Amino acid sequence: MENRLEVENLSHAYPERRALDNVSFSVSCGEIFGLLGPNGSGKTTLFKILSTLIRITSGTVHILGYNLATEEKIIRDFLGVVFQHPGLDGKLTVVENLRHHGHLYGLSGKVLHHRISELLECFGVADRAKERVEILSGGLKRRVEIAKALLHAPRVLLLDEPTSGLDITARQQLNDYLGVLAQTEDILVLMTTHLSEDAETCDRVGIFDTGRLVALGEPDKLKAEVGGDVILIECTDSDTLGTTITEQFGVSTVLTGEGLRLEHEGGHEFVRDVVAAFPDEIQSVRLGKPTLADVFMKLTGNPFVEGKEN
Amino acid sequence: MLPITTIWWREIIRFYRQRSRLFSAIAQPLIFWILIGTGLSASFQPAGTSDETGYIAYFYPGIVVLVLLFTSIFATISVVNDRREGFLQSILVAPVPRWQIVLAQALGGTTLALLQGLLLLLLSPMVGIRFGATSLLLSIGVMTLLAFGLTNLGLLIAWRMESTQGFHAIMNLLLIPIWLLSGAFFPSTGVPGWLAWVMKFNPLTYGLAAFRHSLYLDTTTKAFGEGAPWALSMLITGLFCVLTYVGATLTASAQAN
Repeated sequence: MENRLEVENLSHAYPERRALDNVSFSVSCGEIFGLLGPNGSGKTTLFKILSTLIRITSGTVHILGYNLATEEKIIRDFLGVVFQHPGLDGKLTVVENLRHHGHLYGLSGKVLHHRISELLECFGVADRAKERVEILSGGLKRRVEIAKALLHAPRVLLLDEPTSGLDITARQQLNDYLGVLAQTEDILVLMTTHLSEDAETCDRVGIFDTGRLVALGEPDKLKAEVGGDVILIECTDSDTLGTTITEQFGVSTVLTGEGLRLEHEGGHEFVRDVVAAFPDEIQSVRLGKPTLADVFMKLTGNPFVEGKEN
Repeated sequence: MLPITTIWWREIIRFYRQRSRLFSAIAQPLIFWILIGTGLSASFQPAGTSDETGYIAYFYPGIVVLVLLFTSIFATISVVNDRREGFLQSILVAPVPRWQIVLAQALGGTTLALLQGLLLLLLSPMVGIRFGATSLLLSIGVMTLLAFGLTNLGLLIAWRMESTQGFHAIMNLLLIPIWLLSGAFFPSTGVPGWLAWVMKFNPLTYGLAAFRHSLYLDTTTKAFGEGAPWALSMLITGLFCVLTYVGATLTASAQAN
């Protein structure tokens, strides 16, 4: 309990819709936990509740043993939050932004100065310290942003879509860094993402759909539940072919925007057989290991739409 | 104290680094003053004013209040931007009580407005307006109160707004009328009864009266006819500060997300 984040039966409703429906899970310090889900899945609402921006209306949340509903003030002291929208003032320099943040947390003088230098060094932005944030690239801004969130040495780090707007290299670097951070500093890291690749770098993942937590576990174990390989067939008449494949091979198929999708053990052999059986109808076949997007699809029956941001 | 000073300091730095804001906040009232003040003083004599005082002397405190109004209220636009961008969110999740956040923002706007108001006050001898040290000190005091109240009025609205366009719309609808109907432009003497009542209920009327009293002390004020007495003007201006601050803090607490 003391070094955990515990969410129990958490529900939240906006006047027009129900955003969270009886969600329960827990995360330990030293762990990276990913909240994966498409837009409108409730993960942003959950993020806002955990970061103390929205009040809890139903259910309980304990962070490191403190009750979020009643001990919000204490929790804010050890909470580091990185929002999706830039939380830096472009008119201020990198150092000024960090100093401002440090002051909000009661840090000042030499301690603050030392801590700022340390973090700028660590994030490789020390040489840009005196530049205004507005002229930095997206990747650099994001690094400053995370440095800022870590300034007061939080024990819990919450990140909302931290990789949005970053290129693949920067994303990889960030995910690696978070991994190191969680382990060496024993920080609890919780991040939301709408990209299944990002979620796969997490220790554990909670998959959200329309306010419900539909899956919870390690990415590898979740993917193992999909059952074999994922095969995507592009063809001229998907409906007919889908029915025929089901009749002939005994596997269920799902029609998605990309084509006919199915799961099968030993995918390479199945692909050989199916292409041999319908040489004219099939235009292309894609064979792959299941991703968390496939897990989402298996559990909800809906395709996981990636690439859209709020 | 540290959170208050740091949020206040940031408001000042931001203003200083946006030269267009600095320029327009000073230029706009000055232009207004020169064009309208000089143009109208020749033909327009407010009811109850004597020849010696002239329209410039009447209009001058109104111009200073206009500068305070624009600077302090438009300083609160940064709240709307900060909200949209996420800067405000990171302040909201920090262990800083809402009343301190609002106080710091209000003090930021007050400082900016006061500096510009002072600048204009220092230019006054150029148009033949003279006042002593007592007047200056009293005037600074009243200007501080006015700027603080007006910034809080801006914050009260800015904390609810999602876009700067919406903020501008509301402000234009609200600002110009409260200024025009504060006695800055014309006194309530001689206006239709209903308008006189509107002016009576406008808090800025008292702010302006307090400022006029401080600036001209006894001598010239009498020349501008009736108007709220000094004590009442100060009382209502003080109340305006307290109420707008409490209102802004409550709004900020309710609009946390």
